[in-house]
Amino acid sequence: MNSWLNGLLSWFLPHLAGIILVTVVVILSVAYLTYAERKIIGYMQSRLGPNRVGKWGLLQPFADVFKLLLKEIVLPERSSVILFVLAPILAIVPALATWAVIPFAPHVVLANLNAGLIYILALTSIGVYGIILAGWASNSKYALLGAMRSAAQIVSYEIAMGFALIGVVMAARTLNLEAIVRDQSGGIGHWFLIPLLPLFVVYFVSGVAETNRAPFDVAEGESELVAGFHVEYSGTTFAVFFLAEYANMILVSALASTLFLGGWSSPLAGTGIPLLAANGLAWLAAKIAVLLFVFLWLRATFPRYRYDQIMRLGWKVFIPVTLVWLGVESLMIVGRVGPWFRGGLR
Amino acid sequence: MSPSAWLQETVFWFFGTVLVLAALRVITAKHPVHAALFLVLCFFNTAVLWILSGAEFLGLVLVLIYVGAVLVLLLFVVMMLDVEVAKLREGFVRYAPLGVVIACLLVFELAYVFWAHALGFHALGHLPRVTATHNNTRALGTTLYRHDLYPFELAGMILLVGLIAAILLTLRRRPGIRSQNPAQQVRVRARDRIRLVSLPSGRRHSS
Repeated sequence: MNSWLNGLLSWFLPHLAGIILVTVVVILSVAYLTYAERKIIGYMQSRLGPNRVGKWGLLQPFADVFKLLLKEIVLPERSSVILFVLAPILAIVPALATWAVIPFAPHVVLANLNAGLIYILALTSIGVYGIILAGWASNSKYALLGAMRSAAQIVSYEIAMGFALIGVVMAARTLNLEAIVRDQSGGIGHWFLIPLLPLFVVYFVSGVAETNRAPFDVAEGESELVAGFHVEYSGTTFAVFFLAEYANMILVSALASTLFLGGWSSPLAGTGIPLLAANGLAWLAAKIAVLLFVFLWLRATFPRYRYDQIMRLGWKVFIPVTLVWLGVESLMIVGRVGPWFRGGLR
Repeated sequence: MSPSAWLQETVFWFFGTVLVLAALRVITAKHPVHAALFLVLCFFNTAVLWILSGAEFLGLVLVLIYVGAVLVLLLFVVMMLDVEVAKLREGFVRYAPLGVVIACLLVFELAYVFWAHALGFHALGHLPRVTATHNNTRALGTTLYRHDLYPFELAGMILLVGLIAAILLTLRRRPGIRSQNPAQQVRVRARDRIRLVSLPSGRRHSS
């Protein structure tokens, strides 16, 4: 009995440790992403950003978190309480669970799924429930309108996103993320970014729209909807929504890096430069950081899109673009052009 | 029993129980939104059971299509409708006989499966065991795109025709609606809209 329990634990504990480690790192990254956002947008607008709590304001995220945790959770009257509390949880869980299949370094991944890409699509499509439920359970018209906008937007852009991912699958001939990264390893010339540039643009912009970030943040349009779907949320429940939005930003950046920018593989691999040619987590982190900067840059640069134009962009521009490019890609594959025939992989 | 097998068994019973309870709640829940959410839970648990029996691709696609797309749209409609529950209950007695017939059919089918299993037809009601290296995605792809390509394509075409027909049915052309053409809006230059006029300055208006 004792050895049986030991077997179970020795099988279970390393997985659990990995999950906790990734979760903690993601949450800490979210904390400092909010700090980076305020600092970067501050400098872009000739301000200093947070600079009072700790050196250079470095402890500001913790001050914010503790403020939110200590605040009262207000439950709106005649709201559906269970769903009201469940909604933020439903928003955060997919944002964290998707990290299970992202390869961090060669052979370092929590779950090496064969259908990893489908897993990602399936989980990210669940995130919309948090928003819909928040809007409905709040029993508030602003929240409901925000939720409707946001859900329609997410469902629309998911199609373009899925099509862009089909391009990646066609190039890599696998759904396994580890294999997709391996397919792109060996220098910047092998990245899918180059042959699939239109799909990368579609994927990333759809990612911005899916996370409801500026310039696609009509779901929380302050001028007409106050704060959209989370208008009734306060304290910890609001903090969880906030966490989910930023975790989703990091996730979209990580996925774009993994699928189009070679993940953990070094852009200088094969050149023989001592430290820079080595693959590893540092490269993945660097790519994620660059894409996150683009997220913030977009927010500081563009005014908010009009709602009907968001829909037009998703349905009438992105979906045709991806369809055309999938045709072009098929021709390239049939004509044996491009970096898909590496050999020795399968 | 090895630890991983024990875990598998536990996971099966846990999610199976939740699945049955959630299915019961789908038909007993008072509010349609709650019923739809229990249906989501049902699909999710079914997906887990499928993944457990080695069909990881199918399980994930179930979540992607049904949970991620179909039920979101269903939830949309249910939330907007503000259904009166009392009115829904009115037809209960009228439709009860039909319900009983369908229930009997389902019970018979289920009983048949178990009965066939007892008689020795092991293909029925037997969970397939697959090895860890089995690639479910590849197997499905080979079946759909190599062995059964034409039926598959034909099914796809039929669905596409149905989709286009549904869109055509709801398409209304209303005259007199104005809409913008974004391409035209982008092409506009300042000189098309604004005329700068230089007025002589320093002259006072006579009022």
